[in-house]
Amino acid sequence: MLDFIARRLIAIVPVLTVVAVLIFMMLRLTPGDPAAVIAGDNATSDQIAAIREKLGLELPIWQQFGIWIGDILRGNFGESYFFKKTVAELIAQRVEPTLALATCTLIFAISVAVPIGVLAAYRQGSLFDRGVMAFSVMGFSVPGFVIGYCLIYIFAIELGWLPVQGYVRIGVNFWQFLERMVLPSLTLSVGFIALIARITRASVLEVLNEDYIRTARAKGLSNRVVLMRHALRNAAVPILTVIGIGIALLIGGAVVTESVFGLPGLGRLTVEAVLSRDFPTIQTVILLFSVVYVMVNLLIDISYTLFDPRIRY
Amino acid sequence: MSAITPEDVVDSASIAAASTKRKSLWLLALRNPSVIVGGAILLVMLVIAILAPFLGTVDPTRIDPAARNKKPGTEITYRLDNGQTAKREAIFGTDSLGRDVYSRVIYGTRVSLAVGISVSLAAIAIGTVIGLLSGYIRWLDGIVMRIMDGLMAIPGILLAIALVSIWRAGLITVIFAIVVPDVPRVVRLVRSIVLTVREEPYVEGAVSVGTPTWVLMFRHILPNTIAPLIVQGTFIAAAAILAEAALSFLGIGIPPEIPSWGNIMAEGRTLFRVFPHNIFYPGIFLAFTVLAINIMGDGLRDTLDPKMSKKV
Amino acid sequence: MSEAKKPVLEVRNLSVTLPKGADREFAVDKVNFTVNPGEIVCLVGESGSGKSVIAFTVMGLLAKALKPSSGEILLQGENILAASEDRLRELRCTRMSMIFQEPMTALNPVMPCGEQIDEVLSTHTKLDAAQRKAKIIAILDRVKLPEPERIYASYPHQLSGGQRQRIMIAMALVLDPVLLIADEPTTALDVTTQAEILKLIAELQEGQGTGVLFITHDFGVVAEIAHRVAVLRWGELAEMGPTEQILSRPTHSYTKMLISSVPSIRPVHRGVRLAADTVLRTEKLGKTYSAKSFFQKSRVVKAAVDVDLDIRKGETLGIVGESGSGKSTVARCIARLIDPTEGKVFLGETEIATISAGRLRPHRRKVQIVFQDPYRSLNPRITVGDSIIEGPMNFGLSKEDALARARKLMETVRLDPNSLDRYPHQFSGGQRQRICIARALAMEPELLIADEAVSALDVSVQKQVLELLDEIRQRLNLAVLFITHDLRVAAQICDYVAVMSQGRVVEYGAAEQVFGQPKHDYTKALFAAAPGRNWEFGKFAAA
Repeated sequence: MLDFIARRLIAIVPVLTVVAVLIFMMLRLTPGDPAAVIAGDNATSDQIAAIREKLGLELPIWQQFGIWIGDILRGNFGESYFFKKTVAELIAQRVEPTLALATCTLIFAISVAVPIGVLAAYRQGSLFDRGVMAFSVMGFSVPGFVIGYCLIYIFAIELGWLPVQGYVRIGVNFWQFLERMVLPSLTLSVGFIALIARITRASVLEVLNEDYIRTARAKGLSNRVVLMRHALRNAAVPILTVIGIGIALLIGGAVVTESVFGLPGLGRLTVEAVLSRDFPTIQTVILLFSVVYVMVNLLIDISYTLFDPRIRY
Repeated sequence: MSAITPEDVVDSASIAAASTKRKSLWLLALRNPSVIVGGAILLVMLVIAILAPFLGTVDPTRIDPAARNKKPGTEITYRLDNGQTAKREAIFGTDSLGRDVYSRVIYGTRVSLAVGISVSLAAIAIGTVIGLLSGYIRWLDGIVMRIMDGLMAIPGILLAIALVSIWRAGLITVIFAIVVPDVPRVVRLVRSIVLTVREEPYVEGAVSVGTPTWVLMFRHILPNTIAPLIVQGTFIAAAAILAEAALSFLGIGIPPEIPSWGNIMAEGRTLFRVFPHNIFYPGIFLAFTVLAINIMGDGLRDTLDPKMSKKV
Repeated sequence: MSEAKKPVLEVRNLSVTLPKGADREFAVDKVNFTVNPGEIVCLVGESGSGKSVIAFTVMGLLAKALKPSSGEILLQGENILAASEDRLRELRCTRMSMIFQEPMTALNPVMPCGEQIDEVLSTHTKLDAAQRKAKIIAILDRVKLPEPERIYASYPHQLSGGQRQRIMIAMALVLDPVLLIADEPTTALDVTTQAEILKLIAELQEGQGTGVLFITHDFGVVAEIAHRVAVLRWGELAEMGPTEQILSRPTHSYTKMLISSVPSIRPVHRGVRLAADTVLRTEKLGKTYSAKSFFQKSRVVKAAVDVDLDIRKGETLGIVGESGSGKSTVARCIARLIDPTEGKVFLGETEIATISAGRLRPHRRKVQIVFQDPYRSLNPRITVGDSIIEGPMNFGLSKEDALARARKLMETVRLDPNSLDRYPHQFSGGQRQRICIARALAMEPELLIADEAVSALDVSVQKQVLELLDEIRQRLNLAVLFITHDLRVAAQICDYVAVMSQGRVVEYGAAEQVFGQPKHDYTKALFAAAPGRNWEFGKFAAA
């Protein structure tokens, strides 16, 4: 078992390497002088020269890469010339809202999506099933920010139940924090629920067509037992896989949702960094998100072994 | 025999796609209600895009400080080039720079459809070539899949954002930035089809009668990819339109000189509370278009590929 | 003992309709039969006969598209066709049980085997955990599974096919039902395993007096275990009676035709080996697969080892073996669909095992192969004509010449030459296989390899294709390499036979000799396991 985990860990190294290379190359691909771009529009030529030296832009490219990776692994993510802070500080400041949003959304979305997907499959063809399918198509067609604004309009503006925007740290005031998390989580959840419910339904339907379900029925088991005990465990693996892939959508959605609701999180940081061409920040944030994504999928891979004994070499 | 035999029906897992009539599969697809509804809405959007100048629109980039932030339905007086004034009704209102929202939304249709179609075609073309080669040439496969995995490890929007930040903002940049994250998915799809079809006895049969590799690919393997690629293509188009809208909304997509639904909404953010029309009208158009594509895609998938329809 | 016992199962006038658009109205048409306690009744028929449908109807497991439209099914006097779903559930596994064809997919892969059997007990009885466990260990013992405790905790993928089927039998019989329905339970198993399972079923049912309804297409199995036989055709009961009577004195023309099609296990006398030229010869041919991964020890699988074969013009060499014996691997090595890792293959004078793809090309046409699955052997998107002419055109023939050749070949394989412009789905399985033969012959090969080419065909169709192959071999003086696991088929068509086991050739000689006086233990075991080997299937002229 430990063997399996070790092998999986080693398998992600090439992927992360490719990610690092891609991200590293991005800055170098900008037309113009990277140092000038980083320094910003108002920099003097001295400042630009200083940056050039600091970043070692004179060195051969593979050496630059090595230095950059070395720095990253030691926790030195560079400095943001735009925000006048180290990137590490920036990220530390902004990580909480994103984490909060992601956690609330995940918990809410999965607890809604999986049961409705299973129920829709169990009652295939019923009104409920068709409703779920219709909702799911709409859920992934309407863009997140439109949903966000609709919700704001209804709940914050017309009904005045919830605040429109803003964020309160969880440590400062829990109730207010929660108030401000409701609409953003709901917004981000819609797309995610649509995807997961759909795949859950499809996965359960596919499993229900398998031979061992027929055997279970031949043993005289009730439909409910067949579903819960036999179908679900077998459907778990594809559902988990999609949840893993869906995290990418979640991250993308978070960027937009944070903008709509004015949450000072990593997503908004990315946008601000792009608008000001603050490369050290862009690079680090994207690298961070990618690593998180890869790690989450790794955990999901490992969790398969809980569900499927065939995946336990 | 092409009819259903009792053994087939009882053993539900073995309804071979080959036993349905091939030619009429496409016709069946066209008669599917989802395809018809989705397709019809898209056709309407296409017509709107093409006929934009003739649909009662004015220059969407025309700034008019006197007509700022008017609610939908307001009558506006404006000055023509020859000095005279004329009146028109701003159906969707105006934005913070006095530009007519209706005209911008109508012209925005062009951008969205252009992005959807070009991203879809480009991603499919590039992805198919890479997927075919990767599936057939073993040593290439290892390298290609590592790179694809790496690309897929970066969440799509972020990759697009990063690519946009490298170059200047513009339509081509945005299209390119959205194509790149979509390519790995197509590669994976094509590659998996190639790997499966390669093992089929009829492909081995073609090998044993001496068919050269290129002909094998085109005659025996590639046709299996057409239906799944069409389905995948529609979903890519839908996602691309959403992605462009998101990027433009965040201010890092298409610059406001070219109206796109996303940047119309971006403009409308600050005064949303008082003038929600800037967000709602483009939002509705966006939602409808993407919904239509997704519905059509669903319908296509259900008819063209019976195996896939059991999944998503 | 008084024989006025009530039958366990009585099927009276049962009809099941097919959904609209099917090729006929009824899957099962007014079928009547009974199963008495302690007796094994075989339902035998070809594909489309409705035999499986009957089995599923009895259990109430029909797909929604099929509906029983009339008749009664009496299980110990109770009409279960009219029973509620709840009542059916009560009866399942307590009074009637079913075992299926594919033991791998019929068991839940993520649940330990013991638990799957336990479910039957916990659903239908009020025994506590310890009692249930005891009962399960007892039944695992009865189905002859060694180390019952270990098996209890194992997952299906950790067991062999035969063991999995025993688990299924254990699940079915743990509550001693009066009726056991077996739907082709041994079709997916090796000959030797099949023999064990058949023996087990016969023993268990005799011990408990269970009535068994056994579905099969294999007359050998019928001869081996059935007390009575019912022959089905297109949903109708053609004939029914005691086994001995039906097999030796059939009255219905269909039954006669069917039994006549069953190849004998005694090889036909084929005369002395002619001094013909060797078309293909292998020398210590071997194929080793080594899966090397960075972290695992490399797993080495020797699919074929030291195989020496010699195929002559005008002769059929058969390679007989169970799955995993390496016979298909050898065939593919010879056809260079996979590359051998050891040894040499001589096609005429040329060594073809190790030469490059480019140099191989001109030799490709000399060795052609017909595959097992007729439904996947032809590209469904191109016409059969295009499939046939593809090969000749690769080697320079013009389209007109290739089509002319294709038309002639269609006649050779007894199909209408005008149907070249049709698509594969418009032909039946047997017809498709003939088209594949035509495609192979279009290359004018010296060696034709048939890789389990008739295994997927019904017995009557199989007979026609085998006769066709033999005729072609004679006319064209072709060398044929025939791969099969079916001993009867080998007996019918092979001049020489090589028996393979675990990658090696264990016996090699003239068919008559290998079948009549096998020398190697494995060969002896193989023949001993062949179902119905003691029965000589007669040839009956049509009525």
